[in-house]
Amino acid sequence: MMPADRPAADSPATMKSNPVLRICHLYPDLLNLYGDRGNIMVLAGRARRRGIEVTVTEAGLDDEIRPDGADLFFVGGGEDRQQRIAVGDLVGRKRGPLEAAVADGAVVLAVCGGYQLLGKFYRPAEGDDLPGLALLDLWTEHAGPSAPRLIGNLVIQPDGGEPPLVGFENHGGRTFLGPGARPLGRVVVGFGNNGTDHTEGAVAGRVYGTYLHGPLLPKNPAFADRLIREALSRRYPETALAPLPDTFEAQAREAMLTRLGARIP
Amino acid sequence: MSLNVRLSTAIALGKTAATLSRVLRRGGGTTMPGRVARAVEPNVVGLLARRLRGGTVLVAGTNGKTTTAHLIAHIMRAEGRRVVHNRAGANLAAGIASALVEHADLRGEPAGDLGIFEVDEATVPRVVPALAPRVAVFTNLFRDQLDRYGEIDYISGLWRAAGARLPAGFVRVANADDPLVYDAVREMPGTLVTYGLDDGRHALPALEHTAEARYCYRCGTPYEYAVTYFGHMGRYRCPTCGVARPDPDLVAREIELAGPDGAAFTVDAGPAGRARVTTRLPGLYNVYNILAAVGAALQLGAPLARAADAVGSFLPAFGRAERMTLDGREVQILLVKNPAGFNEVLRTILAGGPLPVVLIAINDLIADGRDVSWLWDVDFEMLAGRAARVVAGGLRAEDLAVRLEYAGIPAAAIEVERSYGAALDRALAHTTSRLFILPTYTAMLAIRAVLERRGVVGRFWE
Repeated sequence: MMPADRPAADSPATMKSNPVLRICHLYPDLLNLYGDRGNIMVLAGRARRRGIEVTVTEAGLDDEIRPDGADLFFVGGGEDRQQRIAVGDLVGRKRGPLEAAVADGAVVLAVCGGYQLLGKFYRPAEGDDLPGLALLDLWTEHAGPSAPRLIGNLVIQPDGGEPPLVGFENHGGRTFLGPGARPLGRVVVGFGNNGTDHTEGAVAGRVYGTYLHGPLLPKNPAFADRLIREALSRRYPETALAPLPDTFEAQAREAMLTRLGARIP
Repeated sequence: MSLNVRLSTAIALGKTAATLSRVLRRGGGTTMPGRVARAVEPNVVGLLARRLRGGTVLVAGTNGKTTTAHLIAHIMRAEGRRVVHNRAGANLAAGIASALVEHADLRGEPAGDLGIFEVDEATVPRVVPALAPRVAVFTNLFRDQLDRYGEIDYISGLWRAAGARLPAGFVRVANADDPLVYDAVREMPGTLVTYGLDDGRHALPALEHTAEARYCYRCGTPYEYAVTYFGHMGRYRCPTCGVARPDPDLVAREIELAGPDGAAFTVDAGPAGRARVTTRLPGLYNVYNILAAVGAALQLGAPLARAADAVGSFLPAFGRAERMTLDGREVQILLVKNPAGFNEVLRTILAGGPLPVVLIAINDLIADGRDVSWLWDVDFEMLAGRAARVVAGGLRAEDLAVRLEYAGIPAAAIEVERSYGAALDRALAHTTSRLFILPTYTAMLAIRAVLERRGVVGRFWE
């Protein structure tokens, strides 16, 4: 990790002092295709506006990460070439610490290419399957040279009555969930995981993967707060998040939902 | 039908479509004539282009195509050449065909001797065989409209493939400072002429977030940058495989930037000489455009001194730093398309100090790119504390407002107004000296239409 990381967080399970949200951005200069840094800005910005201290560390190729070094790990998307560069390091060097962090209650959010890397494997058009992190029970297949990319505005309805998530998708790979992962939501407008089964994204515990970018979090503030709450609860079970006005956010969501005819009661 | 009859029919019908399109006010008629003509004679581009006695020039790249092509046309007109040019920026195959049809008589004789065509990045392979360009200019490769193209690597792959189909003896003029461009063109056949900057005073302290090329295309090793100018433009080197920025044939030195008003610099063209250039085109990105244009003009026979003079009298193309006066206040439109260019535009308009207001209009139509996530790669943080107010316009005004607030601009200083006319009025109300308008492509056309109705600017195809 970069030296910006806080000194050893010898965190007891519960801390009463002022809470600190510790974010680790994986491969920020490699997997950053669709304004992905916006997700980090939103997590940090929303926490700071509640008076919560935030540290963001960046972990690139060859950087070591520690399971207790962050409470939220983020992986963005990249072009095929960048993903090929990242995957070896991710699986070879970072899998163990990430698995341990997840087992200890850390949150992982992965978008687009990062989402695919969290699965069990990627099946290219030709050749052997490429192993992934297997933090989520899913796999992704190359759809063949003539298959179109799945591109467009995307709205999904999460289970459990949470507000719909609004964003954009652009992916060639088709992702299929195994029994160990739930979808993040059902497709209302767009393609989702594979364009056929109406699922989008995947969740297992506190590990989240999705094709939603735009980026994901700026226009989905309730979901951003859920991630912040879960990440903080690893060390500060009592932290409450005061509401924020989210005026422009609400207008932006409303504008897109109206345009897409996706008004959800 | 004989070939000639079919070609004549194609031209006649194409010209009729152009007239109708304008009479019916369906736009400038910049693509429909080409579509009609190609339906009659699919090879209309090839048949007309080969009658241009001075050959054709192709201009490709993410940013700067329109300005570079206009510059080349301007320089060559000053040389006495009669130019056929898709000047309205319609740069797909139909737009190129339209320009050729419009500048030909019914027998297919062109009203010009030199073709200058800006070509959409992804259209390059499709038009290269027909245009058989004498000179091909490759400006830069940035992340742009990912929803349409997918990925940058896809574009550079297309260029590599197109290079194999370029005619023998052609010259490619390419940006040495862009590792993606240099890598895409360096193994093409023919002569390579490169251009680049050499002025450390304009270097950025570090590689920007918008840099696309951090890792060597060949071997995946991070490039080492001795100097970066903006985005991934700079003096790079791969420590593993040794690919490095070549010594350019045309170098810009002693660069003086005058904010949004223009720039001056010295072009060092080695054996072709040196010349001082003064231009109304602002920003480092336009220094690159001018180098590209001068590089192409030298290949077409223009002497350096006269090319440099011609650049001095060049007025910006529509929406590209174009200036006008409205109700006694000055208005300048600077097209924004992608994060690297946007950052350069922000640096340029802020060079003169804090601003009372900026109008930014973001659309998400196909020509803008339907995915606006790139707004989060733009360093709008530059505006915080330096623009007292931002009017957010366009179809995605609210998305822009969210981004601006996270950039540190107070919500109370952000006005969301989707109507172009109302956004313009709101911004003008706060304007003291000059209003900068930063629109995406279709927002630029829409705002220009408002300005046209107010009698300030001419139509974009004129």
